[in-house]
Amino acid sequence: MMGVARYWREIPVRYNLIGKKCGVCGKVYFPPRNICPTCRRKSIGKMEDYKLSGKGIVETYTIIHTPPPEFDGKAPYAVAIIKMEEGCHLTAQIVDCPLDEIHVGMKVEACLRRIQEDGKRGAIYYGYKFKKAED
Amino acid sequence: MREVAVIGIGMTEFGELWNRSFRDLVAEAGMHAILDAGIEGDEIDAMYIGGMSSGRFIGQEHVGSLAVEVAGLEDLHIPSIRVEAACASGGVAMHQGYLAVASGMYDIVVVGGAEKMTDVVGAEATNILASAADREWESFFGATFPGLYAMMARYHMKKYGTTPEQLASVAVKNHYNGSLNPKAQFKRRISIEDVLRSPMVAEPLHLLDCSPITDGAAATILAPLDIAKKYTDKIVKIRASALATDTLSLHGRKSFDSVPAAYHAAQRAYKMADLQPKDIDLAEVHDCFTIAEIMAIEDLGFFERGEGGKATEEGRTAIDGEIPINTSGGLKSKGHPVGATGVAQINEIVMQLRGEAGERQVKDARIGLTHNVGGSGGTAVVHILEVI
Repeated sequence: MMGVARYWREIPVRYNLIGKKCGVCGKVYFPPRNICPTCRRKSIGKMEDYKLSGKGIVETYTIIHTPPPEFDGKAPYAVAIIKMEEGCHLTAQIVDCPLDEIHVGMKVEACLRRIQEDGKRGAIYYGYKFKKAED
Repeated sequence: MREVAVIGIGMTEFGELWNRSFRDLVAEAGMHAILDAGIEGDEIDAMYIGGMSSGRFIGQEHVGSLAVEVAGLEDLHIPSIRVEAACASGGVAMHQGYLAVASGMYDIVVVGGAEKMTDVVGAEATNILASAADREWESFFGATFPGLYAMMARYHMKKYGTTPEQLASVAVKNHYNGSLNPKAQFKRRISIEDVLRSPMVAEPLHLLDCSPITDGAAATILAPLDIAKKYTDKIVKIRASALATDTLSLHGRKSFDSVPAAYHAAQRAYKMADLQPKDIDLAEVHDCFTIAEIMAIEDLGFFERGEGGKATEEGRTAIDGEIPINTSGGLKSKGHPVGATGVAQINEIVMQLRGEAGERQVKDARIGLTHNVGGSGGTAVVHILEVI
């Protein structure tokens, strides 16, 4: 079991999709990065918080049938790499959609969901999952 | 920089070794290698031990000291260092051992690798292996380690038309090779249908697309080339030792249908050895999943991008093919005790180059390559060996 602080400190990022934008080249990073890999030393002190739109497309995905212990009883569930509108990629579950309708290129948008809990008595962790975009 | 040779190899049987402890495995692999090299204990200058997660698998860290005690070398007070880079720990230990000898700092160096994975119960091993991925931004959200490779497989299939049958053909070949290896975990031959009928782990990967949970250890003894002759007639020289890295997470990479770190490690190794892919007679590659072998033979330049699946299906990577891949059975069939894997790959290539591989011997093998990957591709190590 981990201390609550490990998850608590990531709450702003995981609830609101707050990434980082390089103040030099303007590129957006999510998950947040401390240093822009393009501008490197020039970006020090210039990485600004940046809220993502939450819109993206499925770049690739899998259906997990053998889950890790924290996701016991949740399988089958879908995990995807999503290319966000801002150009960065992240890993998240796809929900609210029959598993056989998920496809590469599918437009998705972020929603706030329960991700996992630390046993029966521990904290419940929330964060982003993605659902089919309404348009 | 001095030229470096492998003068001894040794490994345990790989498998679910319920009656063997981590200590037993380290001792057996080390003793075999020392006997094979014909060295005395007090000739050893240093040890490098690859291990991914003994702390979580058996609750034991500080493996460098443990290895010295196991070997009975404590009175020498030699440097002994544990090296960690997830599934590439063994390969990185080889790289460190190589550098130590090449630099002139040490003469006789033991490089080992070990993992005892079956002392934890249930899905705990899966959870520990997930620590090779990005815990905060991949595993936390439910991505498993097979899941990451499954996403690479999907991407490769979509881009190049790679088929589930082609993925399965990797497992079929490697199980066939493993059936010829007395130390392999699985000596059972399987068919394409067996793979496709096995349970789904992470679509499109079935259970038989995945390497197993394994106990095992392997070791090698390195020496400067100029004194290697003192110990052996069949000298295997290290022509190249190259390491490359990339982001910890898969989603942070520039490519999802290749392992850029493996490509770069290979390019560096070919340059260092002044060789090309066509000069390699055989290779041991990191087939933690079937798709990983297909990407490996493309990253190493043996086949064009997108051609790896077809080449495997056509038998071009079989023992009697144009470039035999994983004659040992690979991670898939020989087994994958993560920290030992990179060193076990060197064992197989040295056996082949010495002509000691028995039923699975590749004819006239002179130059061999190993390809060891950590995580989903955050670290990759390539070695090129030549018998002289």
